[in-house]
Amino acid sequence: MKFTWFNLMPWPYLPDDFREKHRSVWVDIDSRLFDAEKSHEVYNTYMDLLEYAGTLGFDGIGVNEHHQNGYGIMPSPNIIAAGLARRTKDVGIVVLGNSIALYNPPVRVAEEFAMLDCISGGRLVAGFPVGTSMDTNYCYGQIPALTREKYLEAHDLIMKAWHNPDPFAFNGRYNKLRHVNIWPRPIQKPNPPIHIPGGGSVETYDFCIDNTYSYSYLSFSGYIRGKALMQGYWDRVAERNAPDTSPHRAGFAQTICVADTDEEAERLYSEHVLYFYNRCLHVYAGFADAPGYRTIKTIQTGALSQYAPPIDGYAHLTWKDLIEGGHVIAGSPETVRQRMEELIKGLRVGNIFCLMHVGNMPKEKAMYSTQLFAEKVMPKLRHLYPEYADDGRFWCKPMKAQVTPGSLPRAEDAARLARG
Amino acid sequence: MELKTIQTPRVPVRYYEGGNGKPLVFLHGAGGIIPTDPFLDKLAKRFHVYAPLLPGYGDSQECSTLRDMLDFTLHTLDVVESLGLKDPILTGHSMGGMIAAEMAAVAHNDFTRLGLICPAGLWIDKHPIADLFAMLPYEMPAYLFHDVEMGTKLMTAGVALDNPEWLKGFLVMNARQMGTAGKLLFPVPDRGLSERLYRIKAKTLLVWGASDKLIPPVYGEAFKKAIKGAQLAIIPKAGHLINLEQPDELVSALGQLN
Repeated sequence: MKFTWFNLMPWPYLPDDFREKHRSVWVDIDSRLFDAEKSHEVYNTYMDLLEYAGTLGFDGIGVNEHHQNGYGIMPSPNIIAAGLARRTKDVGIVVLGNSIALYNPPVRVAEEFAMLDCISGGRLVAGFPVGTSMDTNYCYGQIPALTREKYLEAHDLIMKAWHNPDPFAFNGRYNKLRHVNIWPRPIQKPNPPIHIPGGGSVETYDFCIDNTYSYSYLSFSGYIRGKALMQGYWDRVAERNAPDTSPHRAGFAQTICVADTDEEAERLYSEHVLYFYNRCLHVYAGFADAPGYRTIKTIQTGALSQYAPPIDGYAHLTWKDLIEGGHVIAGSPETVRQRMEELIKGLRVGNIFCLMHVGNMPKEKAMYSTQLFAEKVMPKLRHLYPEYADDGRFWCKPMKAQVTPGSLPRAEDAARLARG
Repeated sequence: MELKTIQTPRVPVRYYEGGNGKPLVFLHGAGGIIPTDPFLDKLAKRFHVYAPLLPGYGDSQECSTLRDMLDFTLHTLDVVESLGLKDPILTGHSMGGMIAAEMAAVAHNDFTRLGLICPAGLWIDKHPIADLFAMLPYEMPAYLFHDVEMGTKLMTAGVALDNPEWLKGFLVMNARQMGTAGKLLFPVPDRGLSERLYRIKAKTLLVWGASDKLIPPVYGEAFKKAIKGAQLAIIPKAGHLINLEQPDELVSALGQLN
């Protein structure tokens, strides 16, 4: 099992009447709700939390890309990842990921991921999302019906840029490049492990199976609702005769809150969880799914957009509803362990993206919950798939000898300098 | 009107044909052709109407090689040629007007009469066009109709959001049609037409609904200015969907091209 501590980086100061006064947390969110000076503390606190998780035995610390979004103030996850790479050791840097259809040209991603892999000593786990419709179409203006074609071309270009040792020409439909020859190159050969976040597109299932990438379902609706979708993926893995059914072929994001007791969990965390579900997920339905973004095949399988809220919305959901519905796994270490085991076995997932800083949760509570999870829950879940413990295809392979931050200049250089 | 199929170089194309008179090609807007649209029947009383569906509209086959404005322009020129038409009256509504204008600019010796019904294709910063792709169905009538109440009734007839099969059918149709429209209109419906309009030689008639809130009449003025000798007819008590609100007035205006 691989556990990644993930921070969406929500803006923690959305007003109480956000739902009533604003139509969307995403795309056209009111910029006046953002306070740049406050963000200085928010960013640094969130980065501290990620670094803290990196000291507790999590396999990875994770970041992702959203644009014009009040629950994800990370348009460039690579900037955060670079900071984390400098200040952590031995923990995977999970960038889940870069929306590769948005970079022009996409060799930029090949370059930046190579930089992150080099700076971190081979600790990068790379993600290539198609990107949500909100980010990709409504914020970044990509034509919905052409987004996938552009994405696949970007993927092709990035892989060639990583694998081909010599300069080459790339004559794509969306990218014309005469001299592709990125510098630097990633440490991990032939390329860092790749995870593809998806929301139920059949095409994405196949793309992962064909390329031996891990499919991750990042939703906020939890493991009970996620079951049908993940089953669709595993059915497809069987249909396509994939060589194995390693659980590491799949990942799942889950909101998790741990306290001493179930009652304490509710007392400590419910306001922050409700902040997230009521305010952060308040997305205008007109931005959820630009026509043409999802393929006909995907619509016909009946999958609604992962951002389509439940028919009657999230706003009326109480703490009890969120727990019973599996949106949130919260409670004592034993309660959380039981439900996590249900999730891991029920969905057959080897990668868990632990959403442990939720909504406007203050740092101390996030640290408390994180520490309890790391010490009392994670060790009991680690070995659930012993037969696949050695499956390293979907995880980073760090260098054995990593430099220590601040180790320059080397002693002999310093001595030489001192001698003049 | 009869629904038929014609083979074209890229893809078989479905088209409505009917009526008597001079041949007239009508290119539909982003919403496609509603079978109950009174406009085409009325138009067919004055012209021999050919109304092709863009690939992906109605029951027609999609065409993944149509990606940009030039693709759509050349494809529609192919359709006209495949139908065996020489210098038909070329008309189009909204997105269809944008394609018709492109055709008349690119193949400027092939068309002598052009009717543009509140065409898309221009962008004026001071008058941004509302984002059709971020609108929920219930928000649309306010942009599309002069009589919003009547428009709402028209647009919600037969809607069954609580029926999953209906919803799936609607989402598939919307993905096919608006997905195709997005290639020309998303996110800003400007593909450089303003720099090509000078080429148009056809006698051009612009028709606009006085209450058009999607592409307001100020765009009619801009087209008129850019196309040499163009006339602009404003129809009162009509929004963007003039064809549904004032079909008689629209047909009568287009009669000037006869």
